[in-house]
Amino acid sequence: MVRAQLATALVRTAARLSRMTGRGDGSVIGGRIGLAVEPRLLTVLARGRQVALVSGTNGKTTTTRLLTAALGTLGPVASNSYGANMPTGHTTALAQSPNARHAVLEVDEHYLRTVLAETRPRVVALLNLSRDQLDRAMEVGMLADRWREVLGALRDQTGPDPTQVVANCDDPLVTWAASAAPNVTWVAVGQRWQEDSWVCPQCGAHLKREGVDWACPGCDLRRPQPSWWLADDDTVAGPDGIRQPVTLQLPGRINRANAVTALAAAAQFGVRPADAAPRLAEVASIAGRYATVERDGRSIRLLLAKNPAGWLEAFDMVDRVSPAGAPPPPVLLSINARVVDGLDTSWLYDVDYATLRGHRVLVTGDRRYDLAVRLEVNEVPFEVVDTFTDALAAVPPGRLEVIANYTAFQDIRAELGRAN
Amino acid sequence: MPTDPATTDRGDSHLRIVWVYPDLLSTYGDRGNLHILARRAQARGIDVETIPIAYDETIPRSGDIYLVGGGEDRPQTLAAQRMRTDGGLQAAVTGGAAVLAVCAGIQLIGEYFHIEGNRIAGAELLDLRSDRGESRAVGELVGEVDPRLGLPLLTGFENHGGRCHLGPAANPLAKVLVGTGNDGATEGAWAGHVIGTYLHGPALSRNPALADLVLSWALGVPLTALPPIDDTWPEKLRAERLAAVLPR
Repeated sequence: MVRAQLATALVRTAARLSRMTGRGDGSVIGGRIGLAVEPRLLTVLARGRQVALVSGTNGKTTTTRLLTAALGTLGPVASNSYGANMPTGHTTALAQSPNARHAVLEVDEHYLRTVLAETRPRVVALLNLSRDQLDRAMEVGMLADRWREVLGALRDQTGPDPTQVVANCDDPLVTWAASAAPNVTWVAVGQRWQEDSWVCPQCGAHLKREGVDWACPGCDLRRPQPSWWLADDDTVAGPDGIRQPVTLQLPGRINRANAVTALAAAAQFGVRPADAAPRLAEVASIAGRYATVERDGRSIRLLLAKNPAGWLEAFDMVDRVSPAGAPPPPVLLSINARVVDGLDTSWLYDVDYATLRGHRVLVTGDRRYDLAVRLEVNEVPFEVVDTFTDALAAVPPGRLEVIANYTAFQDIRAELGRAN
Repeated sequence: MPTDPATTDRGDSHLRIVWVYPDLLSTYGDRGNLHILARRAQARGIDVETIPIAYDETIPRSGDIYLVGGGEDRPQTLAAQRMRTDGGLQAAVTGGAAVLAVCAGIQLIGEYFHIEGNRIAGAELLDLRSDRGESRAVGELVGEVDPRLGLPLLTGFENHGGRCHLGPAANPLAKVLVGTGNDGATEGAWAGHVIGTYLHGPALSRNPALADLVLSWALGVPLTALPPIDDTWPEKLRAERLAAVLPR
């Protein structure tokens, strides 16, 4: 225990130093040092707390933030709110909030096994699975296999408070993985991107879809009946006739869907939707995402999109119209292909940019020529600019929508100064 | 909707591009190659019909160009079985159609490939066999194209665990300068009007001349007969990618 206490103290010191010296937000380095001193530190720090894990390809950070807000009605909540979603980040988050009885941890989809074993969560919320950075991550079908193995092992769990899985029944890969778990609450939060789930993950047959419903003609896998869903644009439906109006500051249908998952997960901790909903409404931006930044008369809104499914959701958030008949706002797209972004830019062709026709479109980032060729093929007129600053200079005062992938987004945030 | 193979034949006034099983084989931006071919044909005043053929549909025999894309293991196996039963692609190639097969696609149109220790029979359009390499080949590839094809340097991104072994009836598409390709020495394969490659990017976004070669085959004209079109952006992309990986 002394070792764990020492390790915990080191985590906090290292994180504080990292922030003070401007090296980072401290969410990774602290955990790394702590785990070096006490490899079981995450297990030790999680003990005695009520933990929720959030995983999936897209929407993890936002859903983690929304669920953290909801559980805030019960007292302080520990969370890796900066998106440091591997065990080092979880360790730092827990070490920094020694008094929080609850914790909400965003988990990289490849680390679900480890973090599940170490934290014995009350709830695991599973959002979606789609192609992402295929040059360094495993193919999505293989990832679903892994999840299924991990979740099936929950059947061997003993003791009180068995882990409850909250899973998206609109995503066949998630459904297949989650259906191995003993306790599942199904939520229907939609699946705009379906290109990775045409084939039954269980038997390989071609899935049949009809509206939101889907079923495998070759085996028994089919869409389970959800107990939570998005009833309309601003109402979440839940069990026992719950109809909870939810108004978010965050844009887009996907964030209303994330709110459904957050409310369903919070309910497992005894939080009533009516108490949680006002907390969700307070969330305005997440690590700079969705934030509007004012600069030189431009109102710049930052949207992050890391993979094809994410781009479809981002397009849904772009303002289509400006007031008083003015043209719709210009849109800046920025693409990098550094290691954390994925080195292969082929996925640009999985996104249909036609929806941006009518906007003035500017492109930048390390891989702006890839984007230029893509948009030319897509018959979307565009202008190439070398830097974000050039883009700002090129557009008139007023709104500017920015959609960028991971490091491109970070570069722009750095240029704007830590926006949030 | 698929075109009824019984009521169409090659030689109509428009170019038919058949995209084989996009629901199974479209993991690496493969629709890009379809759109690029269509656009480059249209820029030359040629009408184009693009025909996506889903896994449960019949492959028409009357296409001019067939595209076979990349996929994960399970879909790749399913596609191979279905393609063999259907036989449409093989019939079209016998009739002179052009084929561009990418990544899982090149393995699919060989004699056989391996998935999870099983040998799976392919469509046998190219004299090659695939097995698994010791490690995954991931990264940029640059190759010197077979001089008989008259193309500039090949550039693209590869990401595959398989290795291809060519028989005497298949020619390597390129000699590898950077990257791995089939086996570290050569990349891709071609014979007649059939091309296989491991390259994503998608391949034709970075290699407009390769796109034109496939078009010229389908149109039955020499490559040089295609009027040039504005390639400002593809050329900038090529230059940027080649500069990023070629030793100075």
